[in-house]
Amino acid sequence: MSVVGTHGEAEIERPPTGTAAAPETPLRRLMADYFESRFATAAFVLLVTIIALALLAPLIVPQNPYNLAEVDVLDSRLPPGTKGMAGYTYWLGTDGAGRDLVSAMLYGLRISLAVGVVSCLIATVIGAAVGLIAAYVGGRTESLLMRLVDLQLSFPAILIALILIAILGKGVDKIIIALVTVQWAYYARTVRGTALAEMSKDYVEAARCLGLSHARILFRQILPNVLPLLIVVATVQAAHAIALEATLSFLGVGLPRTEPSLGLLISNGFEYMLSGKYWISFFPGVVLLATIMAINLVGDQLRDVLNPRLKR
Amino acid sequence: MTAAVEAEVVNRAPTLEVVDLKTHFFTKAGVVRAVDGVSLRVAPGEVLGLVGESGCGKSVTGCSILGLIDPPGRIVSGRIAFAGLDLVRLPEDELRSLRGRRIAMIFQDPMMTLNPVLRVDTQMVEAILAHRRMPHGEAWALARDALAQVGIPSPERRLKSYPHELSGGMRQRVAIATAFINKPDLVIADEPTTALDVTIQAQILHEAQELCRRTGTAMIWISHDLAVVSSLADRIAVMYAGVIVEEGRASDVIGAPLHPYTRGLLGSVPSANARGTRLAQIPGMTPSLINLAPGCRFRARCPRADAECTSEPAISEPLAHRQVRCWRPHLEGAMP
Amino acid sequence: MTAAARAPIIEARGLTKRFLKAPDLAERASAWLGGKAGGEVVRAVDGVSLTIGKGEVVGLAGESGCGKSTLGRMIAGLLEPSEGVLLYKGQDRATLTGSQAKAARLAVQMIFQDPYSSLNPRLRVEAAVGEAPLVHGLVSRADVARYVADILKRVGLDPELRRRFPHQFSGGQRSRIGIARALAVKPEFLVCDEAIAALDVSIQAQIINLFLDLREAYDLTYLFISHDLGVVQHICDRILIMYLGRIVEAAPTRALFESPNHPYTRALLAEVPRISLTKRTFHPIKGEIPSPLDPPPGCHFHPRCQHAMPRCRTEAPALRTIAPGRTSACHLNDA
Repeated sequence: MSVVGTHGEAEIERPPTGTAAAPETPLRRLMADYFESRFATAAFVLLVTIIALALLAPLIVPQNPYNLAEVDVLDSRLPPGTKGMAGYTYWLGTDGAGRDLVSAMLYGLRISLAVGVVSCLIATVIGAAVGLIAAYVGGRTESLLMRLVDLQLSFPAILIALILIAILGKGVDKIIIALVTVQWAYYARTVRGTALAEMSKDYVEAARCLGLSHARILFRQILPNVLPLLIVVATVQAAHAIALEATLSFLGVGLPRTEPSLGLLISNGFEYMLSGKYWISFFPGVVLLATIMAINLVGDQLRDVLNPRLKR
Repeated sequence: MTAAVEAEVVNRAPTLEVVDLKTHFFTKAGVVRAVDGVSLRVAPGEVLGLVGESGCGKSVTGCSILGLIDPPGRIVSGRIAFAGLDLVRLPEDELRSLRGRRIAMIFQDPMMTLNPVLRVDTQMVEAILAHRRMPHGEAWALARDALAQVGIPSPERRLKSYPHELSGGMRQRVAIATAFINKPDLVIADEPTTALDVTIQAQILHEAQELCRRTGTAMIWISHDLAVVSSLADRIAVMYAGVIVEEGRASDVIGAPLHPYTRGLLGSVPSANARGTRLAQIPGMTPSLINLAPGCRFRARCPRADAECTSEPAISEPLAHRQVRCWRPHLEGAMP
Repeated sequence: MTAAARAPIIEARGLTKRFLKAPDLAERASAWLGGKAGGEVVRAVDGVSLTIGKGEVVGLAGESGCGKSTLGRMIAGLLEPSEGVLLYKGQDRATLTGSQAKAARLAVQMIFQDPYSSLNPRLRVEAAVGEAPLVHGLVSRADVARYVADILKRVGLDPELRRRFPHQFSGGQRSRIGIARALAVKPEFLVCDEAIAALDVSIQAQIINLFLDLREAYDLTYLFISHDLGVVQHICDRILIMYLGRIVEAAPTRALFESPNHPYTRALLAEVPRISLTKRTFHPIKGEIPSPLDPPPGCHFHPRCQHAMPRCRTEAPALRTIAPGRTSACHLNDA
């Protein structure tokens, strides 16, 4: 029975050759796993298309619907496919004020997405901070913060948003404040749960043993491991935010009429539904639905991919 | 066992005979050849120890016998002869009627056997009534007796508890009692004591031994712990990277191992080395089962490997009742 | 120089750790009304005193619920004791501040059991190993790459792999990374909490050898916590046996295995599976390990002890010296 080598070169191990080919960083692994499913890829492509359309709107639409000089009220309520006074075709018709629906929709999509995403980002930062602190500090602070979260979550989102807007008034920034107030609690709760789970793992103990500061442990050790779930939650919450904003706009308390979002467009066209001019509400509704669905699908697929228990 | 008894055991028809079993997992990273040509047999009333480290395929072998392999894995080829049937080709419903009645399995985590939301008596009675017709009361009495047999005090009280109210050792005992309750011909135990404390492990081993002795059930005890298996098994089969590399009587395999891997394993145990000295270790790591190099699977770590080991060794029987998969087994010091 | 002649590096006096589950609202209400006061106290570690000299390898063995992990964590500074004093090189750790406290903290490092959860899955190996020494100023930013490569080589890993993530390594390699991380802060004392339990047998041998080599190379002292008596017997100079929060016996390794004194030690050693050439019948001790929530009064072991006397039920035996360097907590020794 031979003893192989002395302590030193003979014992240096190399991992089996198979692993060299595997994607290296966790991010690349995630992407590889995600794009395995054709359905997930399709959802992602849809979402990217929608975002691209929204971003490129000023370049691809025939008309700037906010520029009153380009809008001809004589062209109002034209059905899809009609040629307008200015010479281009209104592919999806016009609304009550004579705006080309395609243009209005894409511009509205921009606003909806922007408001949704911005409010979602701010809520993420606030909610994640609260959740992390609650999990790390524990004790009375945690109880207090979590009770706040519970309180927040026990009210219907719309109710709170309506009350806030009634107090704060109208405007894009007020809407964003309302949306952030409604959303942050959900992030806090999710992040706290995940952070607690991570904190029970040995690598956090090891970090404490190595004398690393609290801030370092929180942001360099725990946060990166909370991030995947946070991204999934943020994706789905973005969809909620967009839907909520659309609801508020539909009810007339959302964004001002000068910058109509999809919700307002739908609301504008509502009065014409019964007289057969369905397109004014219908197409913005479809776009809203498609957007929310695309975001939800991508978020769903992300969650499946990140769930280690699912056998794939 | 005496030679005469052993000869008789060997000549009796085996309870289970596995011939060249191959179970592969078809994953996106490649084909994992978890079990790649395993043959073994278990005689009635015999305890066969299936020993190996993680990833060697011993658990997959146990699950394959019972048909518990889920996609992306499947049994690719081979024959499993049991009670005159070939389990590989048996339809699922017939397999199901065999499971629990004639072949039973005990898992490492008793919560894989026990349903956490059902009471112990509900589950045990269900296990009985699934295969036999009898009044409920009679089945309950059977369950109670089974628990008493595995050394559970006040079995009537335990029957009324839920699994989470019992300790780990108790749960495993319930799982064992459930496995033996229909007096199966074969019980496959997959690392049942690995997660338990030493003193509890000793109790479980004691109960399992007693049960086998009393009911004449054959047992395959899957473990990575050579010490446990050496004290319990009649015969030992050592697995490495999906194949059996050595098989024989327990005392032979432990006392005079033929295969360099078995030797290495036995030699690396602390008790086999002078206290305080460096342990005689096996260098390197187990190979990946996806990109297996051709030739002997142990070649990269074997101190005796040479040119002929680049081709896969066939199973040879250099000594009576002892098989080994090696071109250069340690024949010195082994008793013929 | 024998270990006993060297100054103690770690000394614990009367260490106790209680985990309190505070009574909830319903239980407090019932207590106020005169019912049973709720809340549960688990005395995970109950008045443990021990001394570890520099260069010693001390084994701490016992089964689940005995408190060895909790004791290990207290010594490593990860848990605050409820009672008792912990001295590092003669100084009470609780009273140290500033740079002295930090030095004491870095000097005692822990190696964890689970090679999978003990590494941050999002940190590359070089970051995991190099972060702490960089932060604490043990190495300059310019030197850290070379420093990390050096340590990785010492634990038997190829330094070329330092930019990889933990998931790309096997269990045994991850153990080595954990050891490298601990070594990077130049500790003097390592608490190994079941550090090899989750590894395969052949990899265990490699890691045990690594521990032995590192002890020589870095002049380390170990507290080796394990339930595997075979391993403990092999590498430890001295062994402490714990049962339900108390040390029941302490002795040099050879003496403990040749002539165990405490009934629990005897039962434990008899039931450890050993490689044997013949089938054995097992004669285990009866009874379950009691729950730490509700330990038996007096001597914790008396319900399972063959030699229990009436005194054992009421009076907890003290840890008494029965021979030079040997202590045991059993009333039978008083006779």
